Amino acid sequence: MSDNQQNQGGLQAGLRPEISRRDFLNEITAGALGVAGLGGAALTYQYFSPNVLFEPSTTFRAGNPDLYPVNSVTFLQDQQVYIVRTPEGFFAVSAVCTHLGCVTQWKPEADMIACPCHGSKFQPNGKKIEGPAPRPLPHYAINLSADGELVVDKLQSIKPDKVLRV
Amino acid sequence: MATSFNSALEILRTTRVWKSIFRRGPALTNRTRSLAVFGNLFLHWLPVKVREKSLRVRAAYYLGSLSLLLFILLVVTGVLLMFYYHPAAPNAYRDMKDLRFVVSNGVFLRNMHRIGAHLMVLLVFWHMFHVFYRGGYKPPHEFNWVVGVILLLITLFLSYTGYLLPWDQLAFWAVTVGTNIISAMPIIGSKVRFVALGGNIVGENALLRFYVLHVVILPLLAFLLIGIHFWRVQKDGGLTVRSKEDDRKS
Repeated sequence: MSDNQQNQGGLQAGLRPEISRRDFLNEITAGALGVAGLGGAALTYQYFSPNVLFEPSTTFRAGNPDLYPVNSVTFLQDQQVYIVRTPEGFFAVSAVCTHLGCVTQWKPEADMIACPCHGSKFQPNGKKIEGPAPRPLPHYAINLSADGELVVDKLQSIKPDKVLRV
Repeated sequence: MATSFNSALEILRTTRVWKSIFRRGPALTNRTRSLAVFGNLFLHWLPVKVREKSLRVRAAYYLGSLSLLLFILLVVTGVLLMFYYHPAAPNAYRDMKDLRFVVSNGVFLRNMHRIGAHLMVLLVFWHMFHVFYRGGYKPPHEFNWVVGVILLLITLFLSYTGYLLPWDQLAFWAVTVGTNIISAMPIIGSKVRFVALGGNIVGENALLRFYVLHVVILPLLAFLLIGIHFWRVQKDGGLTVRSKEDDRKS
């Protein structure tokens, strides 16, 4: 009864008559909990995304260009990258299979890069010969440092027709 | 011998400590037997009365109970393994090797945990197939079927997270491949992979994350859902048993 009287009081004051004090408190509580829940979810996501990683650097020096003979494919084990030198110049090809992330192997006798996990095959320039890999191996940005060393950036993928001339 | 044991039990039952724990006399009548089940935390989710038919081995091959038994076995052996295992990249592989070659009975416990885990995946699948072919997913059992499917997924996740912990080549590549499957999800795939691994590669963070999931979060979830699963069997009217009418219909 007292609720009704209060509602009528509310009506005179221009408030919506159908909302009781209990409903109002329930709604703002649910709203506050919802906001807190969303915020909590966002904070939890941030917490679980590390800001500092103790992983190998994605940019690395691959040494002097003279280390790589013309028409050669060199596998850099630590970086999981092939440094390919053709008569035109240098390019860096990822050694990580685009199928499920296994490390591929360079087979000089067959002149191709092969994945030991599920049998994908690639040309030395990364083009796919046969699946199950869905995409060719990506090319990474390769440049010369000021002191004349090759520098590869694994975060930057470039078009496969770009070649570094030295 | 038997009579002296019984009379000792009689005396025990009159003691104040016994009465304070069990709060009732011997379970001699149906009523007191029911009360014994109702009033016990560990038994209360069991049906008070069970049809003899549903206790026959062929009724369910005890596949659900065997899965529970394996879960308990895996918790016990897993906790014992935790006393020698560090979830850190420099230690994990060595600790696993130590368990196999240095720790007394370590190889026995490790293999019990490993083979038990394989067996649990097998049993849970077998249990699911059996329930499915018996029509155990039909009303009023739909909810329990869904709980069962979630339990199957938890079993698989437990199996998968445990697979990384030996930190050998097999573990590393299985998780590399598995998490790359995650990144195939549209839009959020690579973010989910990053959070699941705590980085871009299967490293120190991934090992710790999988460890925490394997020893805390997933077992607790499984424990909760197993409780609901068994309790629901009782609430849905006991184990599904084919009646003669069902046999006649089919």
